Parts: sequence; C-alpha cells; structure tokens
Amino acid sequence: MAVPSTYRDQHFKGSRVEQERLLSQSCTLYVGNLSFFTTEEQIHELFGKCGDVKRIIMGLDKFTRTPCGFCFVEFYLRNDSENAIRFVNGTRLDDRIVRTDWDAGFIEGRQYGRGKTGGQVRDEYRTDFDGGRGGWGKMIQQKVATSAAANN
Amino acid sequence: MSRRKRDDGYEHGYRKRRRVVSEQAEIEDRLESLIIRVGDKTSSSLESNLEGLASVLEADLNTYKSKILRILSECPIQMPEKCTIYSTLVGLLNAKNYNFGGEFVEQIVRNLKEALREGQWESARLIVRFISDMVNCHIVSASSLLQLYDSFIDAAMEQGVPQVRRDWYMYALLTALPWVGRELFEKKENDLERIMAAMEGYLRRRNTAHVAALRVWNCDTPHPQEEYLECLWAQVRKLRTDEWQERHIYRPYLAFDSILSEALQHNLPVILPPPHTASTQYPLPWVVFRMFDYTDCPEAGPLLPGTHSVERYLIEEHLHQIITRHHNERKELATQLLAFPQRNKIPLEYMIVEVLFSELFQMPSPRYLEIAYGCTLIELCKLQPSTMPQVLAQATELLYERIDTMNATCFDRFVSWFSYHLSNFQFRWSWDDWQNCLSLEKDHPKAKFVSEVFGKCLRLSYHKRVTEMVPECYSPLLPPKPEPYFKYQIEGGNGFPGAAQVQTLTELLRKKPTPEEVLELVQQLPNPLKDDDGDMEPSHNPLAIEVFVQTLLHLGSKSFTHTFAGLAKYHSVFKNICENEEAQICMLRQVYELWQHHPQFLGVVVDKMLKTQIVECCAVANWIFSRDMALEFTRSYIWEVLHLTIRKMNKHVVRLEKEVADARAKLRAAPSDSESSDEDPSREGGEKRRRTSSNKEATKDDGEQPTEEMVERMEERLEAAQSDQKNLFLIVFQRFIMILSEHVVRCDTDGKDFNTFWYQWTVGRLQQVFMAHHEQVEKYSQTLETLLFTHDLDGNILDTFRQFQALRS
Repeated sequence: MAVPSTYRDQHFKGSRVEQERLLSQSCTLYVGNLSFFTTEEQIHELFGKCGDVKRIIMGLDKFTRTPCGFCFVEFYLRNDSENAIRFVNGTRLDDRIVRTDWDAGFIEGRQYGRGKTGGQVRDEYRTDFDGGRGGWGKMIQQKVATSAAANN
Repeated sequence: MSRRKRDDGYEHGYRKRRRVVSEQAEIEDRLESLIIRVGDKTSSSLESNLEGLASVLEADLNTYKSKILRILSECPIQMPEKCTIYSTLVGLLNAKNYNFGGEFVEQIVRNLKEALREGQWESARLIVRFISDMVNCHIVSASSLLQLYDSFIDAAMEQGVPQVRRDWYMYALLTALPWVGRELFEKKENDLERIMAAMEGYLRRRNTAHVAALRVWNCDTPHPQEEYLECLWAQVRKLRTDEWQERHIYRPYLAFDSILSEALQHNLPVILPPPHTASTQYPLPWVVFRMFDYTDCPEAGPLLPGTHSVERYLIEEHLHQIITRHHNERKELATQLLAFPQRNKIPLEYMIVEVLFSELFQMPSPRYLEIAYGCTLIELCKLQPSTMPQVLAQATELLYERIDTMNATCFDRFVSWFSYHLSNFQFRWSWDDWQNCLSLEKDHPKAKFVSEVFGKCLRLSYHKRVTEMVPECYSPLLPPKPEPYFKYQIEGGNGFPGAAQVQTLTELLRKKPTPEEVLELVQQLPNPLKDDDGDMEPSHNPLAIEVFVQTLLHLGSKSFTHTFAGLAKYHSVFKNICENEEAQICMLRQVYELWQHHPQFLGVVVDKMLKTQIVECCAVANWIFSRDMALEFTRSYIWEVLHLTIRKMNKHVVRLEKEVADARAKLRAAPSDSESSDEDPSREGGEKRRRTSSNKEATKDDGEQPTEEMVERMEERLEAAQSDQKNLFLIVFQRFIMILSEHVVRCDTDGKDFNTFWYQWTVGRLQQVFMAHHEQVEKYSQTLETLLFTHDLDGNILDTFRQFQALRS
C-alpha cells in the first residue's frame, strides 16, 4: 500500500492524538489535484469501483461556490476506503493524476477553499499554466490585471 | 547494608534476565529473517547461502528449536515459490541432525492435519507438495509418501460425498506430482503407475456439467477452454510421457546430492483425511482461461509453452502466487511480475497478460477487485512502455474478435476494464479497426461492446470528450448527452396532464416547504385510476406520483448530492404516496422517464431509494422485467441495477445472520439465567433470578449480554428477511422463465429461429444472476427446483439451472 502521507490538516480542532486516532479509523478520503470541471458523477464512478460510496462533498471556491479542484469521498466501510487509496491514488481522472489521502472526517465548512482568493492555497502561488484549474496561479493573474489597468 | 546488597543483587539479576530475554528475542528475530530471506537475490550463490544457513541453524538448534521448527514449516506455505529452497534446507539439517528431521516431519504433518480439519485447502495443498518435495531431499521415504497418496486416492473415491471434495484430493495430488514424479518414477515406478491409473479412472467418471457455466467463452476455437482438473491431468500425463522431466522447477538439492543421499529418511505417520461434514466448504471448480498460443507471440522471441505442457501450468501458478503476495501494492506487483525468474526463456508479457485476464474473468467472481487488475495493467504499461502496451492492445483485439461467444458476466468486466484503461491513456485507441461493428445489428455483441464502452467512458469523462475520441461514423453508437429529460419543459409540455401542478409544485419547492405542505398539494391531484362510481379506492395515485417524483428529481438533477438532499427531506412524502408495490413500480417508471439518458444517475437514484427504503427490492425486480423497460432490456446498466438490488438484499440477510450467530455464541458462552432458574426448583430463588435477569436486560440494550428472548426476536427478524430474499429470487427467476418461454413460443408460432441475440443476452443474464449470487441462491436451490425449474421447461433454460447446481455437487 502507498505510504501514508505526512500531511496533517492544520485547522483540525482537537489534539494530535485525537487526529491520528480518527485518521486510522476513518472511512473518508481527501481527493486532490482534480480538474475544476470534474463532476461528482465522475468521482462516484471511479471511487465506486472500490466499494459503496456513502457521499461525496465537492470542494468549492468560498466566494464563487464553484468546484475548486478537490473533494471528500466517504465510504461506508474502512476496507473500501483503503482499497481506494491502494488502487485509485496515483491513477488518472480527466487526464490528471488523482491524489488521495486519509481525512479525519468531514465537518461543515471544510468544503470551501482556504486560499485568500477563495480557492485552494496551492492555486494562489502556482507559476505554471493549468487549464484544468483556472489557468495561471491567482497571484500572477492579479499582477497581470493590475499592470493591464495601469497601462490603460 | 545487607539489604542494599540484596537489592543490588536483585536488580542485577533482573537486569541480567531482561538482557538475556531481549538477547534471545534478538537472535530469534535474526534467525527468522535469515530463514525468510534465503533464496532472495544476493551476491553469493544460493548453494553457499543454504550451506551457511544450515550450519547457523544447526548450532542454534538446541536453544531455538521450536522457533526454527515453526518458521521452517510456515515459510514454504507463505512463499510457495521457494518450496524447493526450504526442502533443501530441511534436508541439509536432517543430514546433520536426524532427530531434528524427525521433529520437523512431525510438525509439518501436524500442520497438514490442521489445515485439512480447518478447510484451509490451499495451505493443505502446498503442504502436500512440500512433503512430496521432501522425498527428493531424503527427509521422507518414498514409500510413506505413497501411503499418503493412497489415502488421498481413497478420499477421492469415496461415495456419497460432494464431487468438489473428491476433486480437491485429486487436485492436491496432481499438483504435487511435477515435484516428485521423477523420483517416484525412478524408485517406485509401479506404484506411480498404479496411482496414475486410479486418477485416470476417477477423471473418466467425473461429472463436468458445471463447465459451461464457468467458461469465459462458450466455444473452443481457437483455444480449448478446459476444466482445471482435466487440463492438469493432460499436463501431468504429458509429463509422464516425457519420463517426468520438467524444465521449470529450480531444484537446489541437486547440488547437495552427495550429502543428502547419505541422510536417513523418516516415515510419515498415517494421515487420514477428516470426514466430510455438511458445513465443510470446498473450493469451487474453474476453467483454465486461454487466449494466446505460440503463434500470437513474436517469432524471434522465446516460445510459449503449449497448453498441455506442464511448464505452462507451473509458470502460470508461479505468476498467480506473485499476484497473491503483492495484490495490495500494485507498483510492487508490476515490478515483481516483470522480474519473473525465467523471464528470458518465456514470452513473459504474454503470460502475464493472460494470467491477469484469467483472474479478471474468473467465474463466478474474481479473487480481488476488478480495479486491482486494471491498475496493475496500467502500472505494467508504465514500467515496460516498449512492449506491454502493444501486448495489451493485441489482447484487447483478440478479446474483441472473440466477443461473440463471451459470457455476459465477462462481457461486463471487459467493458468496465477497457473503458477504465482508456480513461488512463487519454482515450486513445485505433477505432478505425473496429468499424465493422457499425454494420451489425445493435444487439450483436460487437456493436453492443463498443456502445457500452462509450457509455462507460462517458461516466469517467464528459460527453464532448467521448464524441471527440472516435471518428464521426460511430455516432449511431454514441450515448446521448447525459441530461435529465423533463417533458414539461420541452415544446408542448404544457399539454401533459398535471403540467400546471408541476409548475405550482416547482415554485413551492423553491421556497423549501415542509413535507406536509408538499404532501397536501400532491394529494389534491385527481386520481386517474378512480372510476366514475368511486366505490373502489385505487392502490395509488399515478398522477400524484408522476408530478411529485418528476418535479422533485428535476429540481435535484444538478448532482447526486442535490438529489439525495431532496430524497431525504421529502422521504415521508414518498412513503406516503408510494406505499405498495404498484405505486413503487409507478415511481420507478417516473425515475426512468426523467433519467433515461443518464443510466448512471438512474442507477444511483434507485440505489439510494433502496437504501432509504423508499422502494422495496421486489418492486425494482418487477419493474426491470416490466413492459416499460423492454427497450432497455439488453443494456448492461439495467442488470447493474438488478444486481445491486439483489446484493442489497443479500447484505441485509448476511448481516442479520451474523448478528444472530454472534448473539447465540454469547448466550452459550455465558451461563444463561433462564437455564439456572430451570435448575433451581425453588420459587423464591427463581423469582430472585428473574429480577436480576431483567436488570441484565436493561444493561444489555447497549450490546452487553443478550437474553433468550432477544435472540428469538433477532431470529424472527432473520426469518422474515430470508423469506423476503427467497421471494426476490423467486420473482427474478420466474420473470426470466416467463420472458424466455414467451419468446420461444412466439418464435415457434412465427416459424422463426428463437436463438436470436436477444435470446442469448437474456439467457446470459439469467446465468449471471446464478453466478453472481451463487452463495445465496444455493440456499433456495431445492425450492427453485420444485417450483420453477421443472422438467417441462425449455431445455436451454433448464440447462442454466443444472450448471449452477453442478457447481457444488
């Protein structure tokens, strides 16, 4: 099985021990590096190959309320979510390598991007062009916009 | 002072003991790791490693004997590919220390007996093979091995027990013979011939009615699809004509012949197979999957061993063992498969692909998740980009060419794998090569395959992507845009009955009303079923259902989550207007009408409705076979829905069964109060106990100790569930029989051939129900035989039932 990642949600409310306990029993996965255009249906189809999916919570831009490239997938059974990490993590959906990781369990509010501009933080400082995730990074877009305004 | 001294002494002794314990544990760990790793790649030769390890172990035998015995007897079972390495190691130890050899034999015999008793058939088989190989290393005498074989032959000849049991004893012997055949041929040729003759007799008299149900293809061209025992028998017979010489097994003991031939041998004790009991489960039979022969592989490369050469079996088994060991780590699995020891002597990519597909297509069900095979094939393509994708494309091409005779279950798995694989490789495929499917009937398996693949690709991507991935000429097979079909919104939609109320309800729902408010509006709709006299109250109101279901689902059509929210919030409305089966079928019709262009959505909604008990399993089954769904009858998604419905029911029953079994076990474990009060005739005592028992029941509610009454209640629930399950299977099979019989009769009167594509698909789907749920269907086999699958039935329909019965006969 893929080595568990060392990432820990910094906004987790509770002790580190509690967080580790929840992660080790969780049936919920964080799924990242999705295209903004990937739908809940597609995710259901792919993850459904590993077991019965309980619910999917799409990650949304906190201002525009549109998908911003991540989601949570909750299974009924721990074993099914383990299979999803084994067999889906690192394969493609909409031509992008999907990344899966354990999540301590969805809490209302976590579906929103935590970046200043509303989406995920990783999309603020990117310096590459990613058509599936809104083009250039947000900071670059802002710079371009301000300089264009100045030129006018 | 003296006290301190004593303390010191104590402390000192304690520490020393602890140090000794940890030192011992350390040495044991080291020995374990040495034994486990022997034979893995190192710079020095295997022979010198084995020699060295034997000396190390010999020196430690006195101190760590039980540990060494345990590890040495488990390794050849855990790592069957290293069987000969461990037999050599044990042989060397036996040569040095005869007593240890004897104890090892005792240990391994104990393990075999336990595995047989516990029904761990695969372990037992590997132990038999290892014991056989121990004859090659002069640990066990050939004559005592033959005695073991004879008792297995006796077990295979036993009358009045299931064939699957007898088969296993035959199989265990046959799979050991490639290891020890040569040795027995040289030393005990007559006995070996006697055993071969007994096997031949057994195989000739065997019933093979199950084969048809287990085959991937119902056709033997170009490659015969043989039953596993028959195929293995042919391979072993071929081995005999080659004077028991095979070329795959690496035998390190040959290098130690001079040492080993000096060693004294042990006799195996008599090992009697434990008798059959009604609850013993045996492995199901299977059919050996063949898709390649040597002409499929490149001419310049190594030769693919023939179907009946024992090397083909040995290599395949080895590959299966690698899959067993690494099935949870796909990258490691792909690496290990490609690092196969004799990779230069065989067309490895072809054999890997054949073995992986054989597991994916395994009937009744694959060992592991289908996606586990899919992602392993992806890894293999990434790891070996120069050859693997081509071999896989060639395999896909062959599977497509032979799809006319593929069974419906494997057809579905093939569609599912191929679309998944494409989605990982930018949906690139040489579609031009398959244009011949466009001129075929739409129910022809090739046309069906292509359109089902498009449908599945669509689920993993989006409509534009799928239409752009194929040449334009494929458009007749492309799925429509997956959108809700809301008839009230299209032109002229106002004319539908209830259109005005749909409008009102839509506006109401936007204001997030309570379920009661919605119900009130819905119930005001006139009931078209009500006749003018109005004396008979109709079972349901179809117009109310239509308006409510279509409007609610349409408003939630944005995503699954939106729909689920609607179903949850207005659950009580559903329960109220869809009380009985007719109403539920009416509701399903509405779901279908709205989602007819989006099979995935339809399936997910039905699944949710089953989970939330808005709809019953039987209603779904009856709906699928209803006239309304006739047009969709040969499409795979309909069957996906049927299977998820049956699975839902099965899961429910299995859960209740487990609950009852657990509670019963708990009740037995703790001395029950009612029993003790029975023992106590005195009234007072009895009363007192009754009081304590009611106290207990109070604590028990949080899952502590169940009482007799609670278990009885659970059993009642289970019985009710089992009766529902039986009813569901009866409905499904009866509908199959009706629809198939009608078809046959109709063709007969019209003077047409009944054997159409439609007929083949439907029989295939019937077979699929038997296979996919065989463990549950089996419980009702008797009922099905007396009620449904009676002798007057059409022979073709009856055959599917007989094949299913033969699975465990």
